[in-house]
Amino acid sequence: MTRKNVWFAGLAMPVMIVMLLLLAGSPSVTANDQPSAANAEVKIDNFSFGPQTVTVPIGATVTWTNRDDIPHTVVSTDGVFKSKVRDTDEKFSYTFTKAGTYPYFCSVHPKMTGTIVVQ
Amino acid sequence: MPDKKQDLIDQKLQDLNNDGVDRRGFLKCMAWAGTGLVWTLSGGIPVSRAFAKSSGRDVDKSADFSFVQISDSHIGFNKPANPDVTATLQTAINKINAIPHKPDFIIHTGDLSQLSKPSEFDTLDQVLRGASAKQIYFVPGEHDMLTDNGEQYLQRYGKGTKGSGWSSFDHKGVHFAGLVNVANLKAGGMGSLGHEQLEWLEDDLKGRSASTPIVLYAHIPLWTIYPDWGWGTDDSEQALSYVKRFGSVTVLNGHIHQIMQKIEGKVSFHTAMSTAFPQPAPGTAPSAGPMKVPADQLQQVLGITDVNYLVSGRSLAIVDSPLGASGSSASGNGGGPGGS
Repeated sequence: MTRKNVWFAGLAMPVMIVMLLLLAGSPSVTANDQPSAANAEVKIDNFSFGPQTVTVPIGATVTWTNRDDIPHTVVSTDGVFKSKVRDTDEKFSYTFTKAGTYPYFCSVHPKMTGTIVVQ
Repeated sequence: MPDKKQDLIDQKLQDLNNDGVDRRGFLKCMAWAGTGLVWTLSGGIPVSRAFAKSSGRDVDKSADFSFVQISDSHIGFNKPANPDVTATLQTAINKINAIPHKPDFIIHTGDLSQLSKPSEFDTLDQVLRGASAKQIYFVPGEHDMLTDNGEQYLQRYGKGTKGSGWSSFDHKGVHFAGLVNVANLKAGGMGSLGHEQLEWLEDDLKGRSASTPIVLYAHIPLWTIYPDWGWGTDDSEQALSYVKRFGSVTVLNGHIHQIMQKIEGKVSFHTAMSTAFPQPAPGTAPSAGPMKVPADQLQQVLGITDVNYLVSGRSLAIVDSPLGASGSSASGNGGGPGGS
């Protein structure tokens, strides 16, 4: 019982740090095609994903936030990930554990496309 | 609008569009910013009327029948562009009920709901139950298939339909086909009908007399209005090739929340206004999102924006790709919307 609690505490700390980083507004996304140190954020504004291309290291979590008045989705073109419909201010996160290029789109408005590059 | 100004606009339009289409009637429709259209079929030629003009006066006595198209109710939407979409849908239904010449049925061209929620569909049903026309035909918009691959929509509104909700019916000699172009959309693309539905449509139209008036309706426009915003259907040309031999074809769409019309040979394309909120004219805003205007100016701004786009759009934004050899002409179709 005691051992289990210690294990949870050990896990809780990094999780909290990640959450704090997210709350603070992650500075990791700088520009297109620039590898970032940690997690990344993609904003959905005006029917577009921004930045359109994000490069992250293996293990990084990318979080999308819909800031439009219209619902959107985040769907991997190759079927790797698929969000539920995200209404205004709702988020979707996915952690990338393998290197590769991941094109994605909004299945509601398929003209909206983006790419996550994992290095 | 003063007559003098109207005349000036008419004159300009005539100059811009020397195609024999009567823009006067259309412009007057554009100036009206209501929430639905009445279609009157007379001798197989559909003619649209704005509600505000048709109610309170005699409707064409020679009409064989009429029906109403409404679109884009977006029940559940509650943002500043229209915090009460249920009320505006109710207004639309009230106007339909006030039409002296009772329409035979209603066609809803999709985006019934905002988020495909059961509660949103419930609210829609409740409002629509108040319509005097009891028969309502539906096609889904992309907002109606946001969850469970559209199962919720199909259970409620897709009885007797095929695939993702397409179907056809005949009414007093006119053949109607309701198409679905919002399912299984592909990355980077626009609306899509898909192979299975196209095969069905070809078969559905086969063997029908070329003199049968055809009405195709679908949510996303079946003509390319603005590809950057996905306002078109990738494989619509295939569908339109099946109706080439017919003498009168009318294509009714929604999705873009504003009136636009194009006449191409014997095919007349028309998009309806939303009952919920306006969207900007193509390219006039960063995106196609809901257009926020002061509530008391909503209808006025809608109308003005549409007129502006129509003028420039004929020569700039809308590219005509004639289906037949005869080119673009209104003569085979009997003209655009009139009487409004």
